[in-house]
Amino acid sequence: MSNSKLNILTKGFFKENPTLILVLGCCPTLAVTTSVTNALGMGMATTFVLLMSNMLISALKNVIPDKVRIPSYIVIIATFVSMIDLLIQGFLPSLSASLGVFIPLIVVNCIVLGRAEAFANKNSVFDSLLDGLGMGIGFTIALTLIGAIREILGSGSIMGFQFIPAEYHILIFVLAPGAFLVFGFVMAAVRYIVNKSEEKKKQKEA
Amino acid sequence: MDKLLHVSGSPHVHSDESVKKIMWSVVLALVPAFLVSVYYFGLPVIILTLVSIGCCVGFEYLIQRFMLHQKPTVDDGSAVVTGLLLAFNVPSNLPIWIMVIGALVAIGIAKMPFGGLGHNPFNPAIVARVTLLIAFPVQMTSWPVPTPLWSFHFADAVTGPTTLGLIKEGGDLTQLPTYANMLIGQMGGSFGEVSAIALLIGAGFLLWKRIITWHIPVSFIATVLIIAGIFHLVNPEVYVNPMIHLLAGGLILGACFMATDMVTSPTSPWGMIVFGCGCGLLTIIIRLFGAYPEGVSFSILLMNAVVPLINKGFKPKQFAH
Repeated sequence: MSNSKLNILTKGFFKENPTLILVLGCCPTLAVTTSVTNALGMGMATTFVLLMSNMLISALKNVIPDKVRIPSYIVIIATFVSMIDLLIQGFLPSLSASLGVFIPLIVVNCIVLGRAEAFANKNSVFDSLLDGLGMGIGFTIALTLIGAIREILGSGSIMGFQFIPAEYHILIFVLAPGAFLVFGFVMAAVRYIVNKSEEKKKQKEA
Repeated sequence: MDKLLHVSGSPHVHSDESVKKIMWSVVLALVPAFLVSVYYFGLPVIILTLVSIGCCVGFEYLIQRFMLHQKPTVDDGSAVVTGLLLAFNVPSNLPIWIMVIGALVAIGIAKMPFGGLGHNPFNPAIVARVTLLIAFPVQMTSWPVPTPLWSFHFADAVTGPTTLGLIKEGGDLTQLPTYANMLIGQMGGSFGEVSAIALLIGAGFLLWKRIITWHIPVSFIATVLIIAGIFHLVNPEVYVNPMIHLLAGGLILGACFMATDMVTSPTSPWGMIVFGCGCGLLTIIIRLFGAYPEGVSFSILLMNAVVPLINKGFKPKQFAH
């Protein structure tokens, strides 16, 4: 795989991370990151939708008329969301119960529509696949990171395995204000690291 | 001639006021209330206060020195005031590690990320208190019953409800402390808020020194008293005497020391009155109808958020316009 293709895949991980750098998809980020399991489930479901919709939209980009492209994208995205929603309901009923309405809400997730509009309708099917996969993985990384911090501090456990006794739990991290706090601090930390590495790269080139 | 002559544009009249002087005066004003709480709650008060102040100053120093790489300015005393006010807002049997987290929240979340002293939109001590209240609802609401110093209770202190907690839960109203006890501070509560008289002495000192003006405390307390009074007149069986609302809970501490924080309150007199009335209105709404028994800290935080708006609405008139 050439360097530019690899770049399309990996730029979503940190450098153009959809949640932490582009600040898209805040609603699921804040809502479902109470535990690592929820965060991983949400991240993987979104990755699937991103991957499939990016590919299909890229394949159909010459067929879809420009004036009705947004509704068409939504129909395509909604198709895949319904698929993953029914799959999760069928095979992982407990995850479906805890994620609730946020799985159907992937339809209006701005990362998915954003990638369709910004990338898939201008690039080839293979590039769109890589882009969708990279962005999905980046979203999953961000969610899992926030979910892990909130689960460890708020309920003293990781993946449901409890290791901190109940009197040391900091309840606020399970609640909404904790989500905003952790989101902000993780965003700041990742931006700091990304900026530092960019600076180093520039210094090397110079 | 050791005095340098300044040649500069206006203003020519200088005051010898400085941030340092103001902050240390506030600390001095809080000393009477501190002594009363030491008398009623004993050694834990001293330990918690020292931990809180130490951690606030320490975190501010570390953040400025190692994260922001600037010259530490902890000697201005603002971190000491934050630490002292935060300690005043917790029950005296709070575990020390929770106090440390509170100091970290006050300095590391509410103050330094916004740019330090003068830039924080919310009062750091109140942010930390509210965060602790939501994060540790059990530890933050077990109130030791005050036992005067000479009664030598070495066993674990007995805990009981605060006055406002008792009212909220519809408990036996004959168990309320007497007005005299509430005035001098013999009641359950966060350890700095119990003694109305000591806090009023401190507030009087700040007023005399012109560090605070009357606008915020008076409008804040008056709003609470008037609305509580109306409800009491309409139905005295359900709504208690407004004097209880004045003396119980953190109203005096909040109105005189926390709402008047220069950084997070409006700048013009009319703006301050609007700010105080808003705080009072929110406080009494939370106390009478909310889920929490006490609403002073929530109301100050909410009004802090609209201070820029108030400042815009009540601009002082420009000179010669």
